Amino acid sequence: MLGEIGAKDFQDLFGNIPADIRLKRALDIEGGLTEQDLDERIKEKGSWNRPAAEGSCFLGGGTWDHSWPAVVDQLSGRTEFLTAYTPYQPECSQGTLQCIFEFQSMMAELCGMDVANASMYDGASACAEALLLATSTTRRKRVVVSKGLHPDARATIQTYLRYQNIEVVEAPLRNGVTDWNGSVDSQTAAVLVQQPNFLGNVEALDPVAASCQETGALAVASINPIALGLLRSPGHAGFDIVVGEGQPLGIPMGYGGPHFGFFATRQKFVRKIPGRLVGATLDQEGRKAYTLTFQTREQHIRREKATSNICTNNALMALRGCIHLAALGPKGLEEIACVSRQRALQLAEELSSVDGIELAWPDRPFFNEVAFRAAGGNPAVAQFKTTLAQNGIQAVLPMSRWYEDMEGVFTLACTERTRSKDIKRLCDQAQNTFRLEVSL
Amino acid sequence: MNLDIVHLLIEDSVPGRRCVRTSGADRKAAIAGLPQAEVREQAPALPELSEMDIVRHFTRLSQKNFAISTQFYPLGSCTMKYNPALHESIAGRSHWNGLHPWQDDGEVQGALSLMWELQNDLAEATGLPGVTLHPAAGAHGELTALMILRAYLDGRGETKRRVILIPDSAHGTNPASCTLAGFKVLTIQSSKRGLLDREDLRAHLGSDTAGLMITNPNTLGLFEENIREICDAVHEAGGKVYMDGANFNAIMGVTRPGDFGVDMMHLNLHKSFSTPHGGGGPGSGPICVTEELRPYLPNPRVVEEENGYRLIEDSEASIGRLRAFHGNFGVLLRAWAYIRRLGAKGLLRVAENAVLNANYLRIKLREHWRVPYDRTCTHEFVARPKKTMRENGIHTIDIAKRLIERGYHPPTVYFPLVVNEAIMIEPTETESKATLDAFAQTMIEIAQEAEAGNSALHAAPKNMPVSRVDEARAVKEPILTWATK
Repeated sequence: MLGEIGAKDFQDLFGNIPADIRLKRALDIEGGLTEQDLDERIKEKGSWNRPAAEGSCFLGGGTWDHSWPAVVDQLSGRTEFLTAYTPYQPECSQGTLQCIFEFQSMMAELCGMDVANASMYDGASACAEALLLATSTTRRKRVVVSKGLHPDARATIQTYLRYQNIEVVEAPLRNGVTDWNGSVDSQTAAVLVQQPNFLGNVEALDPVAASCQETGALAVASINPIALGLLRSPGHAGFDIVVGEGQPLGIPMGYGGPHFGFFATRQKFVRKIPGRLVGATLDQEGRKAYTLTFQTREQHIRREKATSNICTNNALMALRGCIHLAALGPKGLEEIACVSRQRALQLAEELSSVDGIELAWPDRPFFNEVAFRAAGGNPAVAQFKTTLAQNGIQAVLPMSRWYEDMEGVFTLACTERTRSKDIKRLCDQAQNTFRLEVSL
Repeated sequence: MNLDIVHLLIEDSVPGRRCVRTSGADRKAAIAGLPQAEVREQAPALPELSEMDIVRHFTRLSQKNFAISTQFYPLGSCTMKYNPALHESIAGRSHWNGLHPWQDDGEVQGALSLMWELQNDLAEATGLPGVTLHPAAGAHGELTALMILRAYLDGRGETKRRVILIPDSAHGTNPASCTLAGFKVLTIQSSKRGLLDREDLRAHLGSDTAGLMITNPNTLGLFEENIREICDAVHEAGGKVYMDGANFNAIMGVTRPGDFGVDMMHLNLHKSFSTPHGGGGPGSGPICVTEELRPYLPNPRVVEEENGYRLIEDSEASIGRLRAFHGNFGVLLRAWAYIRRLGAKGLLRVAENAVLNANYLRIKLREHWRVPYDRTCTHEFVARPKKTMRENGIHTIDIAKRLIERGYHPPTVYFPLVVNEAIMIEPTETESKATLDAFAQTMIEIAQEAEAGNSALHAAPKNMPVSRVDEARAVKEPILTWATK
């Protein structure tokens, strides 16, 4: 082949790279492992991990230990999906395109919105993009964000909006839910609330929708999609944009990624939506066909005037979400939501009966995640977390890491995978830990 | 290719049909204590299907896709190389995908050690010592780097430097990312040789210059030979050089951006490092920067300490976060596996064979197609229909659709914008000579059809689930969900 090109050797082939910037040595990168060697190496490294999903996992805070049916792995692992590119050529991508169309349909329905896009990187970046849409639509430069929004999402918003000269106002938490008092005004572009919030508590959506209605701001919700098996959709409450983290819909926790974000909104904002959209149309013979659409919003056409810079999204993860939602159906989704909530109720009751632990906000309704307060404060929380981990229970997210005024507060999450005996083991460990605390 | 119509899930829905069941659900008990106003009254209208319904549905849809596992996929600047099976199998194991992102560092030492090694390998491969694995994709990485540049300039009080220079051959994400980071974009022309026009660059450099975003090798598949001089000029003007690393596959082990003056760059692990594209993602877009810019990298980062590895968020100057958690770990894992299998030697061989394959195709096709920059290319080259073909009314779109009909995924078309009717061909190193020969033969036959003005080209593809789709109609009468009336 070199001969046909007219090159003497590979050096010749790289002749356009000036000699003085060519690397004169081999890279110092280990490799050359056979498949078997690599397999051994990775197993050894894997043994240094203690995967939460293998024991019992009560960690939540944006990623939850849900189950998914085997069809999700089997179908999303088909290499015709896995190794395809973005479906820019519709005739040879109808499979991926129809899947995205079905995903958009189900996400829009779940959120109570008219349209949803093909996915975002994750829930946090979807929140930031929602606020960008709101500021560009309303031409206002101020957004109000609940302090009950996931701390990583709040940090992401700060970064994304920093150079757009947008003021980000954080509405404080009071008694475990957002206190909006006076924060929304006629200069506000958007109000963003998380449902349920980072503490696990259910927020009231109506006041948010009402104050947005009054001021012309867009109401934005970041939601846990599984919670929507029980809780009403933000669309029903009159919200304008619904975003969130899709991980509970059949995505492995995977140390935090890749997951997928979703973005749903009203039809009137369709030309402002970030990312890819699939639409149904016809082919030359009048047959139904799917294609990427409204591409003039996007960076590859609009360049510096694009609605967003997003190109690659998290399509394969969204496909998992699509398959999972199809497998759940309305009843399956409701059952998972119910069982997650029932387990959390059980946990709340049993753990709060342990001396030294109480519900942080006893009057606050929650979904599948509950906040507790340890009388022994942060040291007791840390001790509890360590003890549990030593016993194969991954649990306890200390809220003081993000909220200065939440000494001794921690959350625990349940899913349909949580068994009564897991709850009992956790409570037994709590008895031991806190009895020790008290006797010290 | 499955030509049958596959109904929408909702069209096959049968009331009461089930797939997943969960025991113990008691709605009454579950809603007890929830505020009435927030409880859903009506279940969402999701489809009701059996497991077999679902398996057939998605399996049959998968059969309507071209993919690397079924077809040659010479998509320029997308690096559609083979994705090894072992890497998928590893990523599916619970030791990795069962990790919760809030587990303590001590519980996830395997994951952190792997991220640490990957950071070091990417630093070595690029010659840029500061690495973050945080960004979710290439464009996300660009944005991260531009934010770093903003933070760096602001930290030095250089608030007048707000212009980023971008060549006209650049990917659209470059200018879009600039806007998000609050920069203004000025476009630099390409020279007659398809390289950045140094005169035009000099004319635009000034006290308002924040930096240059350059893709090297560029999207014409040409190495920017004067890259060192270009970087020096930008630095002299007080700016920084960002390199779009989409085409890194061509230069791995051959030359290092850090050595030729680049200050920051992103890598697409889903291109150069063989993680699967998944029909549009997930990707991963690590950023590599100079020592000077390291303090500005996003949080968190992995460090090695005496007692093991830790995630830290200790830099005051950090730009913060652009996503939740610690990066697309599952993608990082596959890239790590790829690097460990290839090592330094293998990575160099990747670049060599990628460049060899592209040049081989260029030589095979140069007489039959117009190749506007017909000299030794890197991993890809750009062709276009000859004038005679265009006079016959045959355009690049027709070529692309005819290729589909002949069983090939088309190259990237109508990009880069600097070549009219561009056909951008990147075979990658994982294709055999036999595949390249067969593709070349097909391209030659299509060229002959185009020269003859064969009107069948306008009708292609005829053997796919759908023929050419009416994209204008999709915009004029938008149907974006199955609920649209």
